[in-house]
Amino acid sequence: MPQSQFPTHPPGPSSHPPSGDTVPASQNSPSPRSLSPVLPNPGDADVLSRAQAGDHQAFAQLYFLHKRRIYSLCLRMVGNVAEAEDLTQEAFLQLHRKIATFRGDSAFSTWLHRLAINVVLMHLRKKGLPLVSLDEAMEPASEGGPGRSFGAPDLTLSGSIDRLALERAVADLPAGYRLTFVLHDIEGYEHNEIASMLECSIGNSKSQLHKARLKLRDALRAFPRQEAPQ
Amino acid sequence: MTEDPSKMTCQQFQDQLPELIASGDNVASHPHLQSCALCRALLSDLEIIAAAARQLFPIVEPPDDLWEHIESALKAEESSPGPVVKDSTEQG
Repeated sequence: MPQSQFPTHPPGPSSHPPSGDTVPASQNSPSPRSLSPVLPNPGDADVLSRAQAGDHQAFAQLYFLHKRRIYSLCLRMVGNVAEAEDLTQEAFLQLHRKIATFRGDSAFSTWLHRLAINVVLMHLRKKGLPLVSLDEAMEPASEGGPGRSFGAPDLTLSGSIDRLALERAVADLPAGYRLTFVLHDIEGYEHNEIASMLECSIGNSKSQLHKARLKLRDALRAFPRQEAPQ
Repeated sequence: MTEDPSKMTCQQFQDQLPELIASGDNVASHPHLQSCALCRALLSDLEIIAAAARQLFPIVEPPDDLWEHIESALKAEESSPGPVVKDSTEQG
């Protein structure tokens, strides 16, 4: 009997080590998100202290330590390069204004991550975009049979998923589904945290995540047929 | 609603799936899946997607000139009267 492979990750943002272009279907080891802090060197605490004291060079070092993580987060949340650049800039400006208030109750990377999420969510709210997608009806099930989303067994996903295909499919999700999927499955937040961030119910967060995964499944199954080999 | 989980229709199983997955229980042991290859395939795919997402990493580099933009904005802020900062962020 196969074991369920859905994440039961600890709360908080992720940190992934570099790897190849495909991502494995599953893993039984603990998520690297809980194991790899972004500030791995003892000297980084010194950089943080100096940045908090107003040292411009130290702040620049913080930017270069965290820029990929924050930019990737913004890009995945909004699915748009220009917006992601603007939001990354705004996140670091906010960081500069507030860094003196960081007291160390949580990891700095976790605090910065949450600050960046708030910047993105505030931006989306200002644009008037719904943070939660209206529930889209999946195609109706035939009488007594499985719905379209079940598919046929021969169209199930293979053991690994192309990373670029997954990134592209995530970017194409409706905004609400994308936010929930990014925050839960990629960044490692729990449904109660997501519900709080998006101001929706926990049940709504679960439903949005499920529908996001169903849409991704459809997109990923179509991917090999759309991407003919060169 | 079917009382006996093994007699669920696929639609009934799918309707419950978000809660079943979020519960952290081993969904693969659900009685409906013992006799339904389609729903087993669905669950397998959703697990694959969730696991693949966990392996995505922040590989995307922002443009090289982004720091210059940030630096310019910081200098502009420092040379102008202090901005009103709304505290939208939890304090660490």
